[in-house]
Amino acid sequence: MNLLEVERLNRSFGGQPALHDISFTVPKGQRLGIIGRSGAGKSTLLRCLSGLDRPQSGRILLEGEDMAILPEAKLVLLRRRIGLVFQHFNLLNSRTIAANVALPLQIAGIPKAERNKRVMELLDLVGLADHAGKYPAMLSGGQKQRIGIARALAAHPALLLCDEATSALDPETTQTILALLADINRVLGLTVVFITHEMDVVRSLAQQVLVLEKGRIVSRGKPADILDANQLAAVLPPNLSQTPQDGSHAIVRLTVATQAVFTPLLHTLEQQCQASFALLHTLPNPEREELVDVVVQTDGLSVATMNALQAHACAAEVIGYVPAHS
Amino acid sequence: MSRLILDLLWRATAETLEMVLASGALAVAGGLPLAVLLVLTSSSGLYPLPLLSRLVGGVVDAVRAVPFIILLVLLIPFTRMVVGTALGTTAAIVPLSIAAIPYFARIAEVSLREVDTGLVDAVRAMGGTRWMVVRYVLLPESLPGLISGFTVTLVTLVGASAMAGAIGAGGLGDLAIRYGYQRFNTTVMFGVVAVLIALVMALQGVGNFLAHSLRHTNPGRAE
Repeated sequence: MNLLEVERLNRSFGGQPALHDISFTVPKGQRLGIIGRSGAGKSTLLRCLSGLDRPQSGRILLEGEDMAILPEAKLVLLRRRIGLVFQHFNLLNSRTIAANVALPLQIAGIPKAERNKRVMELLDLVGLADHAGKYPAMLSGGQKQRIGIARALAAHPALLLCDEATSALDPETTQTILALLADINRVLGLTVVFITHEMDVVRSLAQQVLVLEKGRIVSRGKPADILDANQLAAVLPPNLSQTPQDGSHAIVRLTVATQAVFTPLLHTLEQQCQASFALLHTLPNPEREELVDVVVQTDGLSVATMNALQAHACAAEVIGYVPAHS
Repeated sequence: MSRLILDLLWRATAETLEMVLASGALAVAGGLPLAVLLVLTSSSGLYPLPLLSRLVGGVVDAVRAVPFIILLVLLIPFTRMVVGTALGTTAAIVPLSIAAIPYFARIAEVSLREVDTGLVDAVRAMGGTRWMVVRYVLLPESLPGLISGFTVTLVTLVGASAMAGAIGAGGLGDLAIRYGYQRFNTTVMFGVVAVLIALVMALQGVGNFLAHSLRHTNPGRAE
C-alpha cells in the first residue's frame, strides 16, 4: 500500500517553474531519497510534501487525502501526520529540550501527564534522556538534530520528512544520525522521505532514489544503479559510442578486489594480451565495499583479451568505444 | 537638604513612577497586539492583509509623528472623557499611553520580525494553527527582545513624563523645571537629576538582567 502518492505536481514562482510534472509513490515503510543540486527544486518539493506550500497543479495524496487542495483547517490536522526534520534543527531557544520535544503533543492537545511520558520515551530513543532540562543552545549540532528527530517523532507521524538533515553536521555525526534514522525506519516501520545533495547519504540510507534536476525527475531507481550510472557517466569520455569503428579503442570496466590495486594488474594484462591498457579511472563499487571498478582504455579488444580480463577480474564489461588517440 | 525638599522629591518620584509604570503597562497592552497584527498581516506574514497592515502602520506612524507636548494638549478632550479631568497625574497617563503604544508597537514589531522563519515553519509543519505560532513561537522566542524594547520604552516615558507637568501632573521633571529652572533652586535640580539618573539606571539594569536571563543562548556556541 502506498502511503504517499504524488501525481503530476507543478509549482512555479512568478512564472519560473520550480517543479515540473513530478510523479512518484512511496510505499509504507520505505526510505526514499531525493537527491539533486541546489536549485534543483528539492526544497520546493519538500515544502509541498510537508503542506507548508501548495502546488499550482497536481495531487499529493497522504493516506488518501489530497494535501494540494485540502482546506487550511483540515490541512493543519493532516500536517500532524507528518514529522519534519530540518537542516538547521529549528529548535525553540526559549524552551528546554523536553519542552521542545513536547511541542507537537501540546499542539495536538495531549494531556500533560501523557506528554511527559512520551517525551521521556523519545529522549531515551535518541539517547539524550539526561539532557531533558537543558536548553538547545547548550547542545552540539548532532545532539540538536537528535532532539529534532525526537520532536518529529513525538506525535506518532505516518511519514518522516528530512530536509538536508545531516548537511550541517560533520561526517562522523552524519553517520550516527543516518544510523538513527535507519533504526527508526526499521524498528517503527516509519516511512522516511529525505532530500539531500550528498551521494553518501543516499548510499547509506535510501532504498529508492529520485534524482531531481531543474525541477524534473531525471532518473529513479535503486541507489546502487543510480549512483553507478551517475559516477560512471562523469568519468567517461564525451565522444563515447556504442559501436566499434575501424581502429577504435574499447573502454572496459573491470571489477576487481580492492587489494588488486597493489598488484601490477595492467602490466600483467599488457604482457598477456599483447595490447596496451590505459587507466582512465577507478571508482568504488556501488554494491560491494571490498571491490573497486577500474575503467581502462585498450587498443586490442578480442575474445582472447576478454577471457584474460575475466580471469584476472571478478567482472569485465565493455562500456563503449572511442576513436584512437582521443 | 531640608526635610521639605526631601518630601517634594519623594512625592515627585512617586508621581513619576505612577505615570511611567501605568502608561508602560498600557503601552504593552495596546502596543504588543498592534505589533503582532502588523507582523501577521504584512505581505510576507501568516495572515497577509497588506492593506490593513499599511493602514495600521500609517496610524501608528502618524501618532508617533506628533510631538508629545502637542499630543498632550490635543488629547485634553479625550482625557477628560476617559478620566473625568484633564489635570493631574492620572490624567497624564492617558496621553503618555497614547504616545507609548505606537512607540512600543514599532519596537516590538522589530523583535517579532527577528524570529527565525524556520521556527514558524517548524510549528506550522507540526500542525500548529496561526494562533499557536504566535503563542509558542513569536512571543516566547522574542521575549528577551521585547523586554529590552519595553525597557527602552520605560526610559523614554521617564523623559516624556517631565512634559506632563504642563497639565499639572507633577513628577520629577516638573519639579526640576519649577524649582530648579524657574526658581533657580540648584539643590532641587541636582537632587532631581540624581534621582532620575538612578531611576533610569535601575530600570535599565533590571531590564538587562531579565532579558539576559531569558535569553537561553550561549554566545560561545551561538549558531
